Amino acid sequence: MAKFHSIFDIIGPIMIGPSSSHTAGAVRIGLASRAIFGEMPENVQITFFGSFAHTYKGHGTDLALIGGLLGLSTANPDLRYAYDRAKESGMKVKIVTSKEKMKHPNTAEVRMTRGSRTVSVTGISTGGGSIDLVEIDGFNVHVHNDNPVVLIFHMDRPGVIASVTHIIGKHRLNISQMEVSRKTKGKLALMLIATDGDIPDDTLEEISAVEHVVQIIDLSEIRREPDAAKALMAKGAAQ
Amino acid sequence: MRRVTTFSQIVRTCEEKKWKFADYFLHQEMEWRRRNGEDSSPETILEKMDINLRVMESSVKEGINGVQSYSGLTGYDATRLNTYRSEKASLGQSIYLDAVVNAIAINEVNASMGLICATPTAGSCGVVPGILLAAREHLKLNRRQQLDFLITSGGCGLMIGNLASISGAEGGCQAEIGSASGMAAAALAEAAGGSPRASSNALAIAIKGLLGLVCDPVASLVEVPCIKRNATGVVNAITAAEMALAGMLSRIPTDEVISAMYSVGQLMPSALRETALGGLAQTPTARRYTRELKQTGKITWQDSKKLPSSE
Ligand code: SF4
Repeated sequence: MAKFHSIFDIIGPIMIGPSSSHTAGAVRIGLASRAIFGEMPENVQITFFGSFAHTYKGHGTDLALIGGLLGLSTANPDLRYAYDRAKESGMKVKIVTSKEKMKHPNTAEVRMTRGSRTVSVTGISTGGGSIDLVEIDGFNVHVHNDNPVVLIFHMDRPGVIASVTHIIGKHRLNISQMEVSRKTKGKLALMLIATDGDIPDDTLEEISAVEHVVQIIDLSEIRREPDAAKALMAKGAAQ
Repeated sequence: MRRVTTFSQIVRTCEEKKWKFADYFLHQEMEWRRRNGEDSSPETILEKMDINLRVMESSVKEGINGVQSYSGLTGYDATRLNTYRSEKASLGQSIYLDAVVNAIAINEVNASMGLICATPTAGSCGVVPGILLAAREHLKLNRRQQLDFLITSGGCGLMIGNLASISGAEGGCQAEIGSASGMAAAALAEAAGGSPRASSNALAIAIKGLLGLVCDPVASLVEVPCIKRNATGVVNAITAAEMALAGMLSRIPTDEVISAMYSVGQLMPSALRETALGGLAQTPTARRYTRELKQTGKITWQDSKKLPSSE
């Protein structure tokens, strides 16, 4: 089966070097973590595992991840100055490395805190700038960034899942992947839905009105952002 | 248009329709976008490619001005080369030297966390644009011809990626610098007026020249040997294009060369596929760099900030 379809898979993407798995992938883990946290964290602790732990310094993987947390795109030359930008934004960052063996060598855990609220996200950079999220706030998940993905936090009650999938089906959206996980029966659960096309905002609103749905997080942004390069070029980076 | 999967079919289609590779791959791209419900007009595709080309131009400028890698291991070599070109050029001016300056500049920018366009990967991003930006001066290519150069390179890379690999972790450096060199060779032969058959041969000759090249990045950084290997990819591609333009034919057909590259990648031990467990990455000096990077976050390479005097 063909892996590549477009000449722009080969000539492109426009990105900040030095490597798509260490830069673009790490930026996307940062962007996803930030989207999940939903606000600027006051404190961030980033733990690098495996090959990330060994080489993050030389590759600037720390800069890339922090840049993503600040909302910078994979093509933003400001990534080089991510520590300064973090300071300006009042975000304190601590980098830790771990010897713990992970399934994938390029793994990073991001622990974000603001006030009394803490959320952790663990992501892997799988190559070519693609990422998977494997843990969100203690839930084990499998999120790939090649499809639009929506996370739905909800109370673990009968009927919630059916109501949500019914709404998506009603709007003729095809679900390509779905996963439900919970930590304790009857408590907070996480439903992950990947669809073939983006879920429109009004559909998301309809879902948020479902009883026992607590929070919805749309992760489609992290997939779309490389087009930021276009805006950048318009600003005359190439003169 | 039916999606064909071999170079021999593409050459035949081009000969029947009196097309260049660039025409063929542009049509293929339009078809793919149409099926995907995206804007498939040639103007949109060319415009999108033009943005890539502008990034390539800006990377060359930035690199020649002088950049240092984030780790400290590499930098300022494009500046050195550029000075050498304008002040000495001991072996004379040539498209080779011009393309090498560009390729090194772009790849140094990559290592410095600058903005680049991957072609096909970040590690090999200097080869195709390095040659294009030199060829456009030497061959007086207009903007459309320059975009065609990138379309042909992209189309050929697409074929290589689907028939073999364009990832160092999968197929070694032959899959990155080797593929980039094959892509550039085909596009250069075309830009110089060669036939689709010549382009196909140029691609085969270029890939054969780098077959078996291992991926052994020192300290796991995309710097050594990557940056200078972009120059290797450049000269290999120009030479392959010259041979093909002279009418030399690859004795092994292009499609078989690409499958050979795939099987060489499969046979290559994983120590030589981006893991930094073999080759240059395991030399005593590379091990020292690796230790230093781990302890201090930087590699002190004597004086990479200051340019040495010309001797
Ligand atoms: S040595 Fe490896 S990392 Fe460097 S350019 Fe070649 S394939 Fe890429």
